[in-house]
Amino acid sequence: MSQLVVGISDLKVALPPDTLITYALGSCVGICLLDPAVHVSGLSHIMLPDSKMSPNDRNVMKFADSAIPELLRQMEMKGANRSRIKAKIAGGAQMFELAGGNNPNNTTWQIGQRNVAAVEACLRALRIPIVAKDVLLNFGRTVSFDAVTGIMTVKALNKSVKEL
Amino acid sequence: MNQSYESLNPMHMDVLREIGNIGAGNAATSLSMMLGMPVDMTLPKVNLVDFNDVAEAVGGPENMIYGVLLGLEGDVDGMIMFLLDKNFAHMVVNILMGGTYENFEAMDEMALSAIKEVGNILSGAYANSIAELTGLFINLTTPSVSIDMAGALLSVPIIKFGAVGDKVLFIEENFKSDAESVMSHMILFAEVESLNLILGKLGLL
Repeated sequence: MSQLVVGISDLKVALPPDTLITYALGSCVGICLLDPAVHVSGLSHIMLPDSKMSPNDRNVMKFADSAIPELLRQMEMKGANRSRIKAKIAGGAQMFELAGGNNPNNTTWQIGQRNVAAVEACLRALRIPIVAKDVLLNFGRTVSFDAVTGIMTVKALNKSVKEL
Repeated sequence: MNQSYESLNPMHMDVLREIGNIGAGNAATSLSMMLGMPVDMTLPKVNLVDFNDVAEAVGGPENMIYGVLLGLEGDVDGMIMFLLDKNFAHMVVNILMGGTYENFEAMDEMALSAIKEVGNILSGAYANSIAELTGLFINLTTPSVSIDMAGALLSVPIIKFGAVGDKVLFIEENFKSDAESVMSHMILFAEVESLNLILGKLGLL
């Protein structure tokens, strides 16, 4: 078995016994998808909410709205059925407190929150239920995902490991 | 005009390296004065790397590190991040506050605000030297401090400056104290338009 590493702006599909991991999510969001009937799993590490904001960028794996459909497509090619797929998500932290007060227009500092909102909206539109999440707050997370158990493991510094 | 980081030519890179050298040189002098000890600086590097390789410059994505982040505003749009290995952070706090902090658990609000202030002074020295060199107006935002995985801290500038393309450019220097083998990193990120503006002011575009 091997542990497939998903980078930043990257996504991968894994079948047992392979598992998936992505390191040090800050304001980025990790999306774990699983079809439990056939144990096809997928993990996407998105950086930004909306591909329409960067029309010249061709990396669909970078944006929530384009990465999730692409991950579903790749999982379906491996035999997953969209109607059975469930999601677990983690990340979207605000790593630094707001500089210069709570300026709602200062989108740089609130990108984690916007990423989470975009991921949730995209999954809702695709009718994929979110069954577990560990999002927002102010710390980094390393996320691994096991297609056999369906457990998403979240590790953070100086915190106990969470199994969701 | 450069449309992306990838279109910067070797001469542009050399000039950015020299800007880093001058900026970080001033920052290192400030640090040395604050600590009352010599601080060595490595040769600056201009890195144009894949998102996943940024954290490798500071010990890998899960490396626990102290980070102070400041935004550059005014004529340029950028960020300066001062990253301190935990031993460096403890050394700095102990020198500035009189030898009371020995480990991570002991770091309190006072200690963190001391680190934040050090980041503020060094970033100010760095940004001022760019402003003087170019005649551009550069304002620094209030500093913010955090202790976490290097990759998670760096996700903030990577997201901001990686909106187009798969690579990000940053100018990096390491500060080292001979007394104890400890390390800190000063990293400058800027939008391509801001780099164009800086290069233009220096007569290169």
